[in-house]
Amino acid sequence: MKAEKELTAVTKGVGLGEILFSIPTLLILASFILIMGVVIINGAQVINWEFITGTPGARMLYGTPLGLPLSYGGILPMIFGTLALVSGAICIAVPLGILSAIYINEYLHEGRLKSFIIQTISNLAGVPSIVFGLFAFAFFCKQLDFGVSLLSGWLVLGFMALPIIVKSTEEALKTIPKSFREASLALGATKWETITKTVLPVAAPGISTGTILGIGRVAGETAAILFAAAVFYQSNLYPTNIFQPVMALTYHLYYEATTSPFAAVNRPYEFGTALVLVGLVLLFVIFAIYIRNKGLKRRKGW
Amino acid sequence: MKMMVSVLNKLSTLNNREDRTVKEKRTRTRDVKIEVKNLNLWFGKNHVLKNINLKILKNKVTAIIGPSGCGKTTLIRSFNRMVDLDGARVEGEVLLDGENIYDYGANVVAIREKVGMVFQKPNPFPMSIYDNVAYGPRIHGVNNSKELNKIVEYSLKMAALWDEVKDRLNVNAYELSGGQQQRLCIARALSINPEVLLMDEPCSALDPIATSKIEDLIWDLKEKITVVIVTHNMQQAARVSQYTAFMYLGELIEYDETEKIFENPSEERTRDYITGKFG
Repeated sequence: MKAEKELTAVTKGVGLGEILFSIPTLLILASFILIMGVVIINGAQVINWEFITGTPGARMLYGTPLGLPLSYGGILPMIFGTLALVSGAICIAVPLGILSAIYINEYLHEGRLKSFIIQTISNLAGVPSIVFGLFAFAFFCKQLDFGVSLLSGWLVLGFMALPIIVKSTEEALKTIPKSFREASLALGATKWETITKTVLPVAAPGISTGTILGIGRVAGETAAILFAAAVFYQSNLYPTNIFQPVMALTYHLYYEATTSPFAAVNRPYEFGTALVLVGLVLLFVIFAIYIRNKGLKRRKGW
Repeated sequence: MKMMVSVLNKLSTLNNREDRTVKEKRTRTRDVKIEVKNLNLWFGKNHVLKNINLKILKNKVTAIIGPSGCGKTTLIRSFNRMVDLDGARVEGEVLLDGENIYDYGANVVAIREKVGMVFQKPNPFPMSIYDNVAYGPRIHGVNNSKELNKIVEYSLKMAALWDEVKDRLNVNAYELSGGQQQRLCIARALSINPEVLLMDEPCSALDPIATSKIEDLIWDLKEKITVVIVTHNMQQAARVSQYTAFMYLGELIEYDETEKIFENPSEERTRDYITGKFG
């Protein structure tokens, strides 16, 4: 009789487990909506064609005595700077990351060396970005004499994206069944042919998803470029070679939020800048999801 | 269908008898496709194959039977050096047309070109049917599309799949049923004209109809190539093979004509296994 009662109690209504597990999920969802809501509500009012395609004046250097916001005039050079930093970082991190992930997963035998390498890469991912920034300043800017420049920014952001790309590529390679490799080898394919003609094409959606997410991560990076690559303002706006610094969205946002004497005037423009940044990163993520879904269709059945 | 199978079985026994009278006494080297000599194989400290000696005859179907874990799969994987991938240590010789494939400097790629393999679970590549079959020839340098078309058609016909897929060669291989997928894998293995086809329990994941199709196919294949099939299913071994090897705990217990193994085995353990006393 008692057992029966308990049974009905469990099947009826919402169980403890469901409450326990659903609350954090809802909290995460709520915090995302809250953040996006605040950014959009505050930022949307300043977003217009001029804001996105215009360029700020030299006035930025001396503050804004007229009570105008620092972003006044537009943020195109910052958008350009962020995209320039990210694309250079991609060119460094993607080939290095994918090649080393292939080496780790396809060539390295299980053992101490392999786990040491994997561990090292994980640790690289755990290094705080400000430490990356300081290292970049000391090593790239000073030691190698690249100066505060686009090049230093590429290198440091590339290094930051590396562990993410290596990890996700490795995960993608791991999901390719051993049976595909065996089938290919049994047909007399070499290891190289097996990797390039079977493993990589099949793993490509997974690899690109992880890669794009890694890129989205470095696009929002501030601390790493704080010392190494970004400036608040430069008179030629766009760097003419890779040894010149850039203006970047994240750094602009940081500077605007911390140094302007006219906080109330600036606030909407800060959120506007933030909105553009989030929009860019979101574009990367949507693209990644699109590629993944396309890849998932292909792999039905295994 | 059943009648057909039984007729085929009859035919096979007749065939076997003929084979025995004519050929038994003159099993010459030229009839031997693969000769296994004192083969020992270890995975780590695990002694998996113990001193195997075996002659696989040309254009015959040889079945390898035995309980799970007896080393059947490892044995055929040693015929095309797939055991290399499993990290095995090998001693002894496997002679393919008289040449030891474990010689230092043996060309593994060339060996696998000659000795094709079909695996237990159908494992087509996630590509189109056409690309699956064309994969092998492309790797070995066939790029002419006319030639490729010919090879694909020929291989799919050999694998008795052509009529079912000829109108949808560009469809993803995973749209096919399990049985069709396995025949596609057979077509893929045949596409590079192997001399030997190793089959590792090719029907274990298939339904009876798909199984009988593949068995018919194996029957036809031996006209052109040598087939070695590992199977769990003793009826299958009896149906498709002319020679049967019985393995137990890493040892080759008995190897003889299929008929002899099933009707009058000379070893007690073979008899016990075949009559279902263990296994």
